[in-house]
Amino acid sequence: MFENIGEMLVLFWRTVMALPMTWRQRHKVFEQFFEIGNASLLMVCILSFFIGGETALQTGPFLTERSFGGYLGGIVGYSVCRELAPILMAILIAGRIGSAMAAEIGSMRVYQEIDALRTMNINPIHYLILPRLVAIAIALPMLVLFAILVGWMGGAVVSAANNRIDIPIQAFFKNLQEVVQFRDVGNGLFKSFCFALIIGVVSCHQGLVTIGGPRGIGRSVTKAVVNSIVLIIIFDYILTRVLLK
Amino acid sequence: MSAPDPNHDGVGVEVRNLRKSFNDQEVLKDLNFKVEPGEIFVIMGPSGSGKSVLLKQIIGLDLPDEGEILINGESIQSPDVMEKYRMAMVFQSGALLNSLTVGENVGLYLAEHRLKPPEEIGRIVEKNLEIVGLKGTEEKMPSELSGGMKKRVAIARALIVEPQLILYDEPTSELDPLSAVVIGEEILKLNKRTHVTSIVVSHDRDLAFGVADRIAVIIEGAIVAIGTPDEVKANQFPEVQKFLHADIKRPNES
Repeated sequence: MFENIGEMLVLFWRTVMALPMTWRQRHKVFEQFFEIGNASLLMVCILSFFIGGETALQTGPFLTERSFGGYLGGIVGYSVCRELAPILMAILIAGRIGSAMAAEIGSMRVYQEIDALRTMNINPIHYLILPRLVAIAIALPMLVLFAILVGWMGGAVVSAANNRIDIPIQAFFKNLQEVVQFRDVGNGLFKSFCFALIIGVVSCHQGLVTIGGPRGIGRSVTKAVVNSIVLIIIFDYILTRVLLK
Repeated sequence: MSAPDPNHDGVGVEVRNLRKSFNDQEVLKDLNFKVEPGEIFVIMGPSGSGKSVLLKQIIGLDLPDEGEILINGESIQSPDVMEKYRMAMVFQSGALLNSLTVGENVGLYLAEHRLKPPEEIGRIVEKNLEIVGLKGTEEKMPSELSGGMKKRVAIARALIVEPQLILYDEPTSELDPLSAVVIGEEILKLNKRTHVTSIVVSHDRDLAFGVADRIAVIIEGAIVAIGTPDEVKANQFPEVQKFLHADIKRPNES
């Protein structure tokens, strides 16, 4: 376990050192960025709309019954932007994109494509890891920002449409505006940036250490997703503790 | 007549006291041999005898436990030696990047190192594909090619480096006899045209005796015979004879 953590830190450090090569690899970064957005945008919309809606549904009737319905916008807005959108989108992306990264790099490793790159003096970190890590580090915060906005809308629509809550959309957003500050959204985006690095590093590392045939690739994909999710949840606690006002 | 450009001649390779183990199992046992510049040197041996591991050590994909590999007298572990000499490897599976087209695969080295403008890379790719008899396949994906075509594309990709040393890992495995002959001819043509030093790892006896200037037979990680094809054929070491004359015996033949 400690050996893996060490290897991942070394991989991360080497990728950071390779950052000046990003402009040169910009086509691959755009390719990966498009891949992440294209594969995830619709799912992010659906998921975040229902996350906002469910949060409103769980808390709305309880608050309304006790005459605190006016605070619902703030509660939904705050919890979606600081916690729910960053962590749930990160888990979604770990499943969709992290698994794809581990499978692609793993199969390149198993079928000697990475060795072929090395014989051509092409650094696999510059060619494979850097574009993926940069793309996910930009894409995930953008997806999370999108998820926050759609999540708020989901909360507002459910609050207005549900008879047991019955809070107008304007009132929902008025309270949300009073409670949620830009800093809260910034905290959520910062968290998602950290989660993106975790998904990228864990998935690329699992791909690079893949051994065996198709079975090895499958094992790497599973490990990439599970390890990413475990680390995301642990780091979520640490970041929440650090970022808490 | 001007002196030959040293960058366009094959390099000499020397392997000294090379040892490699995996999980306490010794795969390469104190190997020593020399390959002359421009020579086609074939390393033969049964599967699992350590041939591919040896190739990986020569091209620097893996490090030996003991011993050293010298290219033109310079250790490959010395700084910049791998950059100084142009080396290429044709992998057993071809190892083409499946996400790239044939043309992109062949031109990858030039494109990634920005050695030529894109139009010129296109022309060089076309020329190299023509050399291996695959003109017009630039836009195909590797998945659309047969095993033999993949290996020829891998040779075209290796040629683009203008290598001074080219390593072939089982170039005829999984190929039908006709495709194997084509690959053997490609190795000979390339050697004649560019005087590249070629190290071929194979258990294909026809290929080995068809292309080799010299052959080394490696069994269980040790070289048991080395010499010209005729010298190896005449070698009386029982393991060598057994390997060279292995044949299927029908049950009714005793």
